[in-house]
Amino acid sequence: MTDMLLRRALFSGLIGGMAGLHVSLVGMVGTFQSRDLIADVVTVGTIMPMLIAILVGWQAGGPLRSAGLVPGPRDALALGAIAGAAVGLILAALAFLIVTFDINGILANARPALAEILQFGQGPLVGSVILILGLGLFGALGATLHLVPAALARAVTIGGVVTIIVALMEPFLGAVLRNVNLDLIEEFLYASGGLTPVGFVLVFALTAGGVYAWARRGGEVRERVAALPPERRRIGKLIWFAALGALLLLLPQIVGQRLSEVLGTVGLYVLLGLGLNIVVGFAGLLDLGYVAFYAVGAYTTAVLTSPASPAFSPELPFWGALPFVIVAAAFIGLLVGAPVLRLRGDYLAIVTLGFGEIAREIFKSAWAQPVTGGAQGILSIPAPLPFENDPQSIYYPILFFCILAAVAATSLASSRVGRAWNAMREDESVAEATGVNTTNYKLLAFGLGAAFGCVSGALFASKIGVIFADSFNILVSINALALIILGGMGNIAGVVVGALVLVGLPEFLREFAEYRLLIYGAVLVAMMLLRPEGLLPNRTRRAELHEQDDIDDQYEEEAGGGTARPVVT
Amino acid sequence: MTDQGPTPPEAQADTDALLRADKVTMRFGGLVANRDVDFEISRGSIVSLIGPNGAGKTTFFNQLTGMMKPTSGDIVFDGESIVGRSPHEIVELGIGRTFQNIRLFGAMTVIANVMVGRHTRMKASWWASLLKLPAVREEEAATRKRAQELLKLVGLPRRYSEDWAKNLPYGDQRRLELARALASEPKLLLLDEPTAGMNPGETAQMTALIKRLRDELDLTVLLIEHDMKVVMGISERITVLDYGEKLAEGRPEEIRANPAVIEAYLGKQATTSS
Repeated sequence: MTDMLLRRALFSGLIGGMAGLHVSLVGMVGTFQSRDLIADVVTVGTIMPMLIAILVGWQAGGPLRSAGLVPGPRDALALGAIAGAAVGLILAALAFLIVTFDINGILANARPALAEILQFGQGPLVGSVILILGLGLFGALGATLHLVPAALARAVTIGGVVTIIVALMEPFLGAVLRNVNLDLIEEFLYASGGLTPVGFVLVFALTAGGVYAWARRGGEVRERVAALPPERRRIGKLIWFAALGALLLLLPQIVGQRLSEVLGTVGLYVLLGLGLNIVVGFAGLLDLGYVAFYAVGAYTTAVLTSPASPAFSPELPFWGALPFVIVAAAFIGLLVGAPVLRLRGDYLAIVTLGFGEIAREIFKSAWAQPVTGGAQGILSIPAPLPFENDPQSIYYPILFFCILAAVAATSLASSRVGRAWNAMREDESVAEATGVNTTNYKLLAFGLGAAFGCVSGALFASKIGVIFADSFNILVSINALALIILGGMGNIAGVVVGALVLVGLPEFLREFAEYRLLIYGAVLVAMMLLRPEGLLPNRTRRAELHEQDDIDDQYEEEAGGGTARPVVT
Repeated sequence: MTDQGPTPPEAQADTDALLRADKVTMRFGGLVANRDVDFEISRGSIVSLIGPNGAGKTTFFNQLTGMMKPTSGDIVFDGESIVGRSPHEIVELGIGRTFQNIRLFGAMTVIANVMVGRHTRMKASWWASLLKLPAVREEEAATRKRAQELLKLVGLPRRYSEDWAKNLPYGDQRRLELARALASEPKLLLLDEPTAGMNPGETAQMTALIKRLRDELDLTVLLIEHDMKVVMGISERITVLDYGEKLAEGRPEEIRANPAVIEAYLGKQATTSS
């Protein structure tokens, strides 16, 4: 074991300790103490330090790429344990501080109750020892992930994460199960706000086992599918699509009122993501003011359809207003696109950011009040008939437009147009010198992106029935951008997954509301560090971002790996 | 330096010029990159543009392809003035080019790079592409087929076609750039140092390829080149630029014997010592 590895282990432990202090002092540990993860066994609050210890142990026990050092099995375990114990030490110190001094006045969450959680209710001495040794153990556990075969480590990690999510989503998954009359399963899996011990083991075994089996046998299955005659594959595909379609159609009935509402919001963001993906992912134009299109769509719909809108009467139905929404989209797309044609990269981002803010301020201004209602907004916007202003019903038009947009985006991606956009993203002046009219294609990207965004805005307006200018803030743009980055830039399935994770999960985990942005930020940072190409990467992006890794791996393979050996990077 | 060839090149050039530059001048502030350059290429010929570094060769190329607009002067291609036209219009008229420092669309596949090259020869509009009309599918398939033919023509193995362009070996990247330029069905092909960075073997292959392409595709080729062996071996005529001005023009053997050219390239003493 070298100094360098030891230093890293201590450093990881220190960072983990800081993270532990942070989640303790912002009150997360205390708050989630009341929430069971496994009924009557472990609470969500208690597993937080454990998860941190596993994470730092994993970090400390792994290969040190920059120096080309790979710790042996025993060293890895020891390093993991040291890092974990360091976290424990820091948290024990916190607990000690809390019980010895009255620091509650300075730090609102540093209450005796917190100390009690951290010391497992065993008193200062015994509790601290348990904490330090226990977290050391979890650190070593994290390090073992490097010692077992990669496929197994992966399976265990995914299994663990999924199980925790399933446990956290008890209020909703439980409701869904009861909704479809599977009370028996619900009672079997869930109890007092968390999983039952049996349920916990079952969910973990199923996901981890499934992932592991796929890693071992997935290739074979795929080969066998590929070897099937084309007609049979087509039939298989059809069955798959039919099942997926049926599921999508029945989803609101399955999940019930409350979750349908969430699904609707996810759908709106899928539309936004698909549109922004054309602008950013395909054409490479970083647009931070995408919310402007969403707002224009929403306001156009509201003004044309709502009897309460100040400007326009007689009122149109939703579907009658839609053509005008598209026209407005094209117009606003050109309006934003034309002045920024000459801008590239950062400059484009800043200018579009400005456009987004300008749009909101205009809609809110007294000057626009006769049309937009100013700060009062517009009320009683009708639903798109024959659908109703009800989450389970409005889901269908949203689904319809999502599918339409996904199909459109897919066809464009693999066409002359998509190629021209990609060429422009890669090198604008060469694209022009290869015959691409870059001016037109930029405008086209903005125009189509605007159309998707405006339709999403229109559905948003008729979904919630009232709109205010302040709903169209920069967070919408950031969310849409974050979800395509998270899902995988340039990938359409990635947009859906990104929307589910970034927009859906926070809605499912409503009791985390207080810490929502904190978790959101942490997830984004972690994603960018661990998997910058997104959850479902597009081939190209993956190639770009992992080129260096591949070179490193190659070197390590050539060098034999394993023993301590400097790697040139 | 008497005319020995069967046809005097001047006479041919006058009647059948594909491209004619007339007193082209390009200024960047106080710097004159090209001054009053007169230039002609006759159809079907291979012409080299040579000169020391900084002589204004690439600037001249950039004006021919519309990436820069001449400060004064006129450029006529195939009977039409192209001054003030944008690069993509000029590609459509029939001028294709490659770049000195290879500029492929790195994160696109090899085949996609060539298919982008055919952009101007395709008709699919955005809404037809969006609806995937039958005509669009047909055109797409034809384009893919043509791109594969071009890859074969420049000598890129078929197994490369789904690889990322930037992962190709250096020499193959040059070939791919050539295929992309050819995809636009140019009448005039501009090559900016096509053999730069290649070893003698690759250079000989590239030279042979350029000649073969000219013959098979009825091209006219203008190239910038530093390798004198390539220049002398491939060119029917050579134009020499120095300090932005045309220094000399003629057949290879004329240029080789031209004292002014030797001086520009090798300095004053060289004329006496060699």
